[in-house]
Amino acid sequence: MAAETFPQLLVERAREYGDRTALREKDYGIWQSVSWNEYLEHARHFSLGLINLGLTAQDTVAIIGDNRPEWIYAELGAQAAGAKGIGIYQDAVVREMIYIITHARVKFIVVEDQEQVDKILEMWHELSGVEKVIYYDPKGLRNYTEPFLLFFPEVEEMGKAYDAEHPGLFEELVARGKGEDIAILSTTSGTTGNPKLAMITHQNLISMGRNLMSVDPLQPEDRFVSFLPMAWIGEQMMSFACSLQRGFTLHFPEEPETALFNLREIAPQAMFSPPRIWEDLVSRVMVKIEDSTWLKRRVYRWAMKVGYQMADVRFRKEEPGLGLRILYSLGDLAVFEAIKDHLGLRHIKWAYTGGAALGPDVFRFFHAMGVNLKQIYGQTEASGISVLHRDGDIKFQTVGTPVPGTEVRISESGEILLKSEAVFKGYYGSEMSAGDALVDGWLRSGDAGYFDEDGHLIVIDRVKDVMTLHDGTKFSPQFIENKLKFSPYVKEAVVFGGDWPFVSAIVNIDMENTGKWAENNQIAYTTYTDLAQKEQVYELVREHVEQANADLPEAARIRRFLLLHKELDADDAELTRTRKVRRNFVAQRYDDIISALYSQSDHLDVETTISYQDGRTADIRTRLRIETLNGR
Amino acid sequence: MPRGFSHVLNSSTLAPGELQMKVEDVQLSFGGVMALAGVSLEVYQSEIMAIIGPNGAGKTSLLNCMSGLYYPQQGRILFYNEGKEHVLTNLRPHRIARLGVARSFQNIELFKHMTVLDNLMLGRHVHLKSGIFSGGLYWGAAQREEVRHRRFVEDVIDLLEIESIRKQAVGTLSYGLQKRVELGRALALQPSILVLDEPMAGMNSEEKEDMARFVLDINEEHGVTVIIIEHDMGVVMDISDHVAVLDFGRKIAYGTPDEVQQDAAVIQAYLGTSVERG
Repeated sequence: MAAETFPQLLVERAREYGDRTALREKDYGIWQSVSWNEYLEHARHFSLGLINLGLTAQDTVAIIGDNRPEWIYAELGAQAAGAKGIGIYQDAVVREMIYIITHARVKFIVVEDQEQVDKILEMWHELSGVEKVIYYDPKGLRNYTEPFLLFFPEVEEMGKAYDAEHPGLFEELVARGKGEDIAILSTTSGTTGNPKLAMITHQNLISMGRNLMSVDPLQPEDRFVSFLPMAWIGEQMMSFACSLQRGFTLHFPEEPETALFNLREIAPQAMFSPPRIWEDLVSRVMVKIEDSTWLKRRVYRWAMKVGYQMADVRFRKEEPGLGLRILYSLGDLAVFEAIKDHLGLRHIKWAYTGGAALGPDVFRFFHAMGVNLKQIYGQTEASGISVLHRDGDIKFQTVGTPVPGTEVRISESGEILLKSEAVFKGYYGSEMSAGDALVDGWLRSGDAGYFDEDGHLIVIDRVKDVMTLHDGTKFSPQFIENKLKFSPYVKEAVVFGGDWPFVSAIVNIDMENTGKWAENNQIAYTTYTDLAQKEQVYELVREHVEQANADLPEAARIRRFLLLHKELDADDAELTRTRKVRRNFVAQRYDDIISALYSQSDHLDVETTISYQDGRTADIRTRLRIETLNGR
Repeated sequence: MPRGFSHVLNSSTLAPGELQMKVEDVQLSFGGVMALAGVSLEVYQSEIMAIIGPNGAGKTSLLNCMSGLYYPQQGRILFYNEGKEHVLTNLRPHRIARLGVARSFQNIELFKHMTVLDNLMLGRHVHLKSGIFSGGLYWGAAQREEVRHRRFVEDVIDLLEIESIRKQAVGTLSYGLQKRVELGRALALQPSILVLDEPMAGMNSEEKEDMARFVLDINEEHGVTVIIIEHDMGVVMDISDHVAVLDFGRKIAYGTPDEVQQDAAVIQAYLGTSVERG
């Protein structure tokens, strides 16, 4: 009988691989291994421990924390008992957490450490139905006396004892699991309002993982670094659905801050990240190059030129000539290998980007270096992936072709519709329905798009975001924003223009890179706000805006922009937890700034309240400059 | 799940609440300046004791007497561990360190060109036993010893959350992080009492909060006694069990944070009083 659920897959893998390494976690500066057998033991004991504490198949277990083996044990433990898991982003603010925990009807919360326990204690009186809070890092929690607090190994011990009293129970429960059982509730980022809880079944996730792995088959000896929030569907897909089916090894970084460093140590074969990570990597390379010697810069520029040529030839699906091949191997030897080694991309077979659109410049950059970066298109409601690039058939303006088992069509209004085994069952809640997200079994993506002549899907933007420029053409603000974000000094950009006579932008500078640039150029600054308002910084960003404009059609060129005094932040609800801009919210909140952008004035005085993570607020008052570019 | 500590960072054998250090009528003067004019104080196992007072009150001088940098002209400082009484005021600084009195300084005293890890490993020096030859060859017992100490240092790194800077040179780190490393160096000694001289000076409020949390973790998780000089009254009142107030070399008040805040002499020393004119 084929395995239908995650726990059944885990039992199967443990039987197959036994003492081979399933997971590695860096702890005490050393990579510590967990075998498939141990993995199963932990999940088994934790599951029985929860059952001992009263977990039933109707319940939900919430998990909040960094990526650790315990995270996985907790989710699989819940699922083995027929219950479901829900991952919550650990930087979620209190009211968001309350909303999710209450609406998902959570009975047990598994958290990482004191920080999360404190957060839970703070909201405890508003939570109903939660019975136990289980933590896995005991630091600082020794003197906490709340009776509902439990240490992870304590629960495992309970499970061990329960196992001895009820032999065979675990096997029986696992065997009882069905593919149509809900595996997880996944919070959808929802660019407006409260998050929605999508019900994703085992079958959804497993079919999607199988389809992806039929395109890009990872092998059991391959490595994967799990460093993006487990609450994100992409990580559920790789670390659960794919890993449990293919048996490749998962690696957990020591701390979130060491993730990129650990990535280099592991040099994985596959990597799936949202655009932000790829953009960061490009920025890091560019900043390092700027910092290096004159000779190195020259060699780098030469190699990149060859790299871009090679990438463009391959994009056109032509065979590169002998001369180019020789030059490219030289560049590879001198530059690309070293850079890829530094970024941990040396052994990459497949690198994916998904979750939002990635700018074509970033795409070309990685392909120039020989990193096989591919676009994935999908959404939480479709368990992650519906469309992706195939090897050797990559067009960076598209998201590729549908994965096996997925049908895609375009509705009359131009919206992308999806149908597959991986499409979710509906939203969890009082009605348990999908609302208007499902129409006759077709999932409405909310994205506008079309197919090109090669059958590649092109995603324009969110249906509601697509703007009509003053000359009547339809245009994607995201496309312009990504152009801007290619600059290492621009972290975030929000473009306006649909209802206005020209296009303008609110820009967030990248504190780290711009700060470094300022230091190198002897520009003194104090805070983010101060740095953002420096004349030289405006000059710097202006150059990059002009570069971006050069590639844009006349009507889509940015005429005026300003550097915002604060970073857009998920805590202020300006970004989603996966760092997508909530355009409408930003437009509303910075209404006065937008009006100023379309006025005659060259500056604007603003006063805003910012909220810190601990709930405190502060007012900042500052004068923002508005930069005008010459219309051509 | 091996996430518990394999070593306790505390080397004191006393039970919480037992008398650990006794300062008896300590007097210290530099020429005509009386830095300490007969200070007496008791420190108990596993408490956090704060020493506060205006500039020049003699706080650092008192800590220097405890760690053997100054020798008081009069009075003694007694220290209890492993069932023995030690007179600190007769001992050289390295002997005192060996007894488990670990000290961090107001100014950062680290090897700036060495990595965080090496600085912490150096903090273990009092516990290293292998000689020049076996250590130099890094063989047998010397290697095992190194591994054992590295394991201990990793506990300190984990406690202070400095994994990401383990291999960085100390000189390249921000001030706040350097202070944290310095605390780590003192902890690597496996102290029975930790003496901190203004660990939060010059920090922003976020860094202070972090540091206060680390001090609490060290105290609560490992039971290490902490003597701390600090100017931020908010922090002092939040974390300490007892507060001693010095003014012009005298102890003018002692008690729980609440008691000290109510004390008339303290209010006078901090706020001054109007002088009656007659």
